Amino acid sequence: MAHKQTNNHKQKRFRITSDDRWGYAFIFFAMVIFLVFTIYPVISAIKTSFLDYKPFGSEYVGWENYADTFHNKLFFKAVKNTVIYTAIVVPATIAITFTLSVMMMAFSKKIQTVFKGIYYLPGIASGVALSVVWLWLYDSSPSGLFNEIMTFLHIPTQNWLNSSKTAMGSLIFMAMVSSHGTNIIIYIAALLGIDKSNFEAAEIDGANFLQKIRYIVIPLVKSTTLFLFITGIINSFQVFMNAYMMTGGGPDNNTTMIGLLIFNNAFTRSEFGLACAQAIIMAIIIAAISFVQFKVMGEDIEY
Amino acid sequence: MSTGLYSLHINNKKKLYARNIIIAAFLIAFAVISLFPIFYMVTSSFGPAVDSASAARSIFPSSWSLDSFKAYFDFSEYSIRWILNSILVSGCTVLGNVIFASMAGYAFAKINFKGRNFLFFSVLVAMMIPYQVTQVPLYILIVNKFHMSNSYLSLILPGLATSYNIFLAKQFFTSIHTSLLESAKIEGANQLHIFARIVLPISKTILSVMAINTFLSSWNTFFWPFLVTNKEAMYTVQVGLKTFKFANSTLFSPMMAGATISALPMFVLFFALQKYFLEGVTVGAVKG
Repeated sequence: MAHKQTNNHKQKRFRITSDDRWGYAFIFFAMVIFLVFTIYPVISAIKTSFLDYKPFGSEYVGWENYADTFHNKLFFKAVKNTVIYTAIVVPATIAITFTLSVMMMAFSKKIQTVFKGIYYLPGIASGVALSVVWLWLYDSSPSGLFNEIMTFLHIPTQNWLNSSKTAMGSLIFMAMVSSHGTNIIIYIAALLGIDKSNFEAAEIDGANFLQKIRYIVIPLVKSTTLFLFITGIINSFQVFMNAYMMTGGGPDNNTTMIGLLIFNNAFTRSEFGLACAQAIIMAIIIAAISFVQFKVMGEDIEY
Repeated sequence: MSTGLYSLHINNKKKLYARNIIIAAFLIAFAVISLFPIFYMVTSSFGPAVDSASAARSIFPSSWSLDSFKAYFDFSEYSIRWILNSILVSGCTVLGNVIFASMAGYAFAKINFKGRNFLFFSVLVAMMIPYQVTQVPLYILIVNKFHMSNSYLSLILPGLATSYNIFLAKQFFTSIHTSLLESAKIEGANQLHIFARIVLPISKTILSVMAINTFLSSWNTFFWPFLVTNKEAMYTVQVGLKTFKFANSTLFSPMMAGATISALPMFVLFFALQKYFLEGVTVGAVKG
């Protein structure tokens, strides 16, 4: 009797219910796309990273692609470039957008929306279009706009994108003044969420404006800042467009970032195995950074 | 309206105005810097198609004309088709995501089927994988195995239901009250009925946000169309602009005209539907 009961119970658990059928029907198409164009490529990338890939007759080479990567000076240079780029662009962008958002809080919601729109606008132009425009702003001839400013200030004109002194700085500057919209909108949402009673309490204690920022605003938007840091780093590590369109990684690979290196290995040198190995290393680096950041910055965030 | 943060001069109108004017001036100055490249792009596109190399370029062109746009369109017999290709690809991608990603999101949020948590978790994990990891195998799959390069299918299929949109839809549908759906179920409505008659009508905002975000990223995407097309007739706007740039590296105004054309549809959409663009940012930001 007892045996029969558990058997019944089991049958119940594994019976396909109408909810199951509807559920699978609803997710069917999305899951097919997901399996074929996301899950399969991820598994295939891991497999390919152990191959000397050829369209016909790939050879298994074990860890060779990984070993090659770690013996390759250019890979380390690309990592270094990416880290420098990220270490400047991400914190600077967060500092700028935090400051702008705090300033916008002085105004009514209507005016805030106008500013949000204005700052969001540059972000909707494509990476290709923006790169084309900045290419001309950085034109090395005296008629390039930045060089016109230099001439006006009696400073010698620069070969912005083709000199190892200025190429990386030029890409960094471009990233720092473009597209603040997303960060600002997210920061303002967080700032509007701060309970006014916090400020009232601080005023009774005689806190001035900067003290309010330091002891109330910054701690209370910390989880937002962490979110922007992590998404910023993830995006910055994958940066490809500006180096590809504007410098081609030059001069002397001074602006070759990991994204561009992987692209070149895959699609100009046809080293698919090596490219996959490097992409996986990059994914691991990104995951590790996000994890550490969560641990360090997330310690006293309450959810 | 002043928030608690800016309570300092609230009782002194003069000081308050002075302070706000200084802050506004700073915000406007910074906005001018950040908008300048876009502004420069649009004004310069009206310049002469061929300018002498040494001519000084200023913020406004020396003479205004549409020659540069003509020069850009004359570059390839397919340049109009690039725009149509982009519209077709982005349009289909939007349609696919709005239908399939929202259905999947609804199932993950409100239908209690076996394996639901595991499948949704894998969608979440997939969102964090950099595109470089999947790009090479995807390229091998589409180009070498399916032999689909230079086809609309190759441009549309991989983005037809993105993990991000499934996640977005799931987050939103979770907030709908289950009691509303349960009562419909008791009255005998099936899930498709509930989804189409009850859930979709109250989800117009989130679906619009999803549609606009998807259109924007699909229109602006360069990497994938660049990989799977090598026939000019199949280029999208972005790939066409890149090709023009590398073929005519000295033509200033026509290049700006090309960039303007590639960005114009998004600007028009932005001014028409600004609310949804701005809302889309906060909807997508995962809270803590």
